[in-house]
Amino acid sequence: MTRNMTLAAICVAGLAAPAAAQTELSLWYHGAGSANAEEALVNQLVEEFNASQSDWQVVIETFPQLAYNDAVGAAALAGELPDILDVDGPVMPNWAWAGYMQPLGIDEATLEDYLPGTIGRWNGEVYSVGLWDAAVAMTTRRSTLEAYGIRVPTLDAPWTGDEFTEALMTIRDSGDFEYPLDLGMAWRGEWYPYAFSPLLQSFGGDIIDRSTYQSAEGVLNGDAAIAFGEWWQMLFQENLAPGTSQDAADRDAGLLNGTYAISWNGNWAALPVVEAFGDDALFLPAPDFGNGSVIGGASWQFGVSATSENPDGARAFIEFALQDRWFSAFSDGTGLIPPTASAAADTANYAAGGALEVFYGLSEAQALVRPVTPGYIVQALIFENALADIANGADVLDALDAAVDEIGADIEANDGYGH
Amino acid sequence: MAAVSHDNRGLRLAARYAALILVAIIFIFPLLFMAMSSLKPDQQLLNDTNSLRAFLPVGDISFQNYWDAFDRAPIGVFVLNSVLITGATVLLTLFVCSLAAFSFVFLDWKGKEVIFSILLATLIIPYETIFIPLLLMASQLPWIGTEGLEIGWLNTYRVQIIPFIADGLSIFLFVQYFRDLPRELIEASRVEGASWWMIYRKVVMPLSGPVIATAAILKFLFMYNQYLWPLMVVQEEAIRPVMVGLGYFTDQLNVPWGEVMAYLTVITVPVLAFYLSLQRVFIASVASTGVKG
Repeated sequence: MTRNMTLAAICVAGLAAPAAAQTELSLWYHGAGSANAEEALVNQLVEEFNASQSDWQVVIETFPQLAYNDAVGAAALAGELPDILDVDGPVMPNWAWAGYMQPLGIDEATLEDYLPGTIGRWNGEVYSVGLWDAAVAMTTRRSTLEAYGIRVPTLDAPWTGDEFTEALMTIRDSGDFEYPLDLGMAWRGEWYPYAFSPLLQSFGGDIIDRSTYQSAEGVLNGDAAIAFGEWWQMLFQENLAPGTSQDAADRDAGLLNGTYAISWNGNWAALPVVEAFGDDALFLPAPDFGNGSVIGGASWQFGVSATSENPDGARAFIEFALQDRWFSAFSDGTGLIPPTASAAADTANYAAGGALEVFYGLSEAQALVRPVTPGYIVQALIFENALADIANGADVLDALDAAVDEIGADIEANDGYGH
Repeated sequence: MAAVSHDNRGLRLAARYAALILVAIIFIFPLLFMAMSSLKPDQQLLNDTNSLRAFLPVGDISFQNYWDAFDRAPIGVFVLNSVLITGATVLLTLFVCSLAAFSFVFLDWKGKEVIFSILLATLIIPYETIFIPLLLMASQLPWIGTEGLEIGWLNTYRVQIIPFIADGLSIFLFVQYFRDLPRELIEASRVEGASWWMIYRKVVMPLSGPVIATAAILKFLFMYNQYLWPLMVVQEEAIRPVMVGLGYFTDQLNVPWGEVMAYLTVITVPVLAFYLSLQRVFIASVASTGVKG
């Protein structure tokens, strides 16, 4: 009887062995419902990783993007975080500070050639790495600039602030367009700090004093910030750009259908412009308002949760993903910028002569990551509201002072956010 | 004189119908806008919002948004989940809350006034304020399932159902209604030797159609519209309800409005069906409440 039971136990163990060989790793991804190739590529990445080795089995769970951060916060509270987290670059410091994530622990030498926006650092350690980055540009047509005698700017010689404003006024005065500039005011949310804080930084201001991350005093309401705020308000008062009531449909199609002459937009929206205008399409650097041309950096990245019981497995998955072939595949599928030059060379759009090659240069030369602080998620919201208020006619100094006070109160309430 | 009176009555009737039609239009137009928009491409949909065309099936009409919406998200799964979660919660709520109300109204037990007052006080506490402690509790609660004892209710149907079964509003509605039932009926039943369970089942509940309909509709709407709680406690796509599914149609920058309208149209069908099936008793309940008031 005992011998039979032993044999049965051995048989059961033998049958169970293949299933137990791979340890399960959970991965949460933010792109449920995204109607592009990104979700399919993430699934393909997981499948290939699972098939490539016998130790780990990654199981993916997808979330709608707008609900993702809240779901992660709730899971952290309940102690139910997955092993591998998908995290938006500017949010990462908050999650690291809150104890949701642990340092990635991969050899930083392997990241030397990466675009700066694709590496998530907090307190001197790498917590996350992205398989792509994004960039914004002044998108227009060469024929439009030539028609009004406006110089085509370059990376080395971008438009100055005055030159840019004069160009907008020239186009406005022609009456050929409803507005000369489309800033994308219809896109509320992270677009505002991502797209517009670089303009403030080019004036010499910022959302927060990056030397201490303890206050916005002097940087968000100093002379440079006030100059930016006044210029910003002038854009709407002088009918140079549509304001916060802009129609989302116009944002999407306004450049293509001739409503706007120039559109401040991301590389994810660039391919339809190339298809529509061909060689006439231009993707230009941000104007230099005195402190250099600046654009925002950092997109979604992968990291390891603080509660993962298998950080080695999570790390192995991320290292598997950090290959040029994946960077190229994601770039070809989504139109986003690959993190390395070698991967870019293998893509359809970012290789030499590719339709979007210019964006790699923009990202490499001008990208500045958003403030690397856990408080950014609050500061971004405050900044967004201040810009909307100013665009709607609020007193510039009052709006900026109020934003500074609000940011300061939040930092104080969170004991300085660990800086 | 008689002719004038007849004319006045006719005018009054016409004015009344005109007012009712206006009110009906106000209530129907959002639904009409949603359904019509679900048949149009995004650009046309947005352009039409400036005119009455928004409420008409004109222009480039097709079901493409529906196909695209079903491609984008497992809508059938979400609708089934919501119907299951909502249906189970409504049934259990009607049973548990009516029993509790029966106890408050017909049984004598010590401290019931105090307990009822505390119950009423819970009406002023928004659910959202207790979600965090509720989440922590739910993550630690035991459950005996097919695989034996488990700890934690997250990622299950039960965590979306059980916390919402008993609620102060439903109990209050039943209590108010039961108080107006003729006491003689209950006393006669007791004299005839009926047990309390039999009185609840055979006397009280058959007379409570209007309040059952009211409580059911209110609970149905609350449960069907749940967003924050399932977002916090459910990570698996297979058990997500419809409102969380709405997030599949928006990202940071772009919203496919036609698909959103198609999705909303699909998920509105169960709500309308449920409401229409109980409409008669619900109106009777509201009307009788008005008379009492």
